[in-house]
Amino acid sequence: MILHAFFFYLFAAVTVASAFMVISARNPVHSVLFLILAFFNSAGLFLMLGAEFLALILIVVYVGAVAVLFLFVVMMLDVDFVELRQGFLQYLPIGALVGIILLIELLVVLGGWTISPDIIAAPTTPIPALAEMSNTEAIGAVLYTRYIFFFQIAGLVLLVAMIGAIVLTLRHKAYAKRQNISEQVGRDPNTAIEVRKVESGKGI
Amino acid sequence: MEIGLSHYLSVAAILFTLGVFGIFLNRKNVIIILMSVELLLLAVNINLVAFSHYLGDLVGQIFALLVLTVAAAEAAIGLAILVVYFRNRGSIAVEDINLMKG
Repeated sequence: MILHAFFFYLFAAVTVASAFMVISARNPVHSVLFLILAFFNSAGLFLMLGAEFLALILIVVYVGAVAVLFLFVVMMLDVDFVELRQGFLQYLPIGALVGIILLIELLVVLGGWTISPDIIAAPTTPIPALAEMSNTEAIGAVLYTRYIFFFQIAGLVLLVAMIGAIVLTLRHKAYAKRQNISEQVGRDPNTAIEVRKVESGKGI
Repeated sequence: MEIGLSHYLSVAAILFTLGVFGIFLNRKNVIIILMSVELLLLAVNINLVAFSHYLGDLVGQIFALLVLTVAAAEAAIGLAILVVYFRNRGSIAVEDINLMKG
């Protein structure tokens, strides 16, 4: 139990500290790297909650795809980040005010709130014991049956995101020569060949 | 000391607050704002998984999976818009993005 508490506080502290560094780091590349650290430690929290599949998916999707995408964009754009940081402290008071009010509200809600025993007694989809079914298997058994439409809609969201990103960023260069198939097929001898009478010794 | 549901919810609340704070603090830098949105969604995911564990209900993990999908799609589209905007304007300052006067 003491080990459980130790690892919880370790993961929680590193997550919160690196989240703070994400929003306050001077260099955006450092922000992305701290974001990766925050994701890794949240994956640790997920593991402690018994959500093994989600923990590994978090690492694969967030660290492997999203954070690397951020890293690509940060390094690809030639932006003067020092200039962007000017006026950094201008919004600090209002931001701190909103943040502190939000945090106090959230903690007050947490403090004065208990779960009804009826809800704990009757979960709609009980988590099976680890001895009989692994976490991944249990998620699959629920996701592909009762939540199959949600799963398909998630797939559609990803498809739309993929097509949208391609449509947004694909551009045709004006000087690139491209094949126009309908023009090629529509050619006939009348438009393609011109017959001229050439006088001898003169040329065209 | 027993680690309970409220511990995880407190971590998620602090993370969420940091995300909101980051949006205010980095008003000019869209990239950091997008990262702050990722932090917000991560906090929501921690909440969902913590409730899933302590209520013994698997649905929270399913929802967390769907939130993860939406977060990935949102990051992809957001960064694509950012790249197109930079290509057209040569800057990513948020304060210049009021062309539509919305």
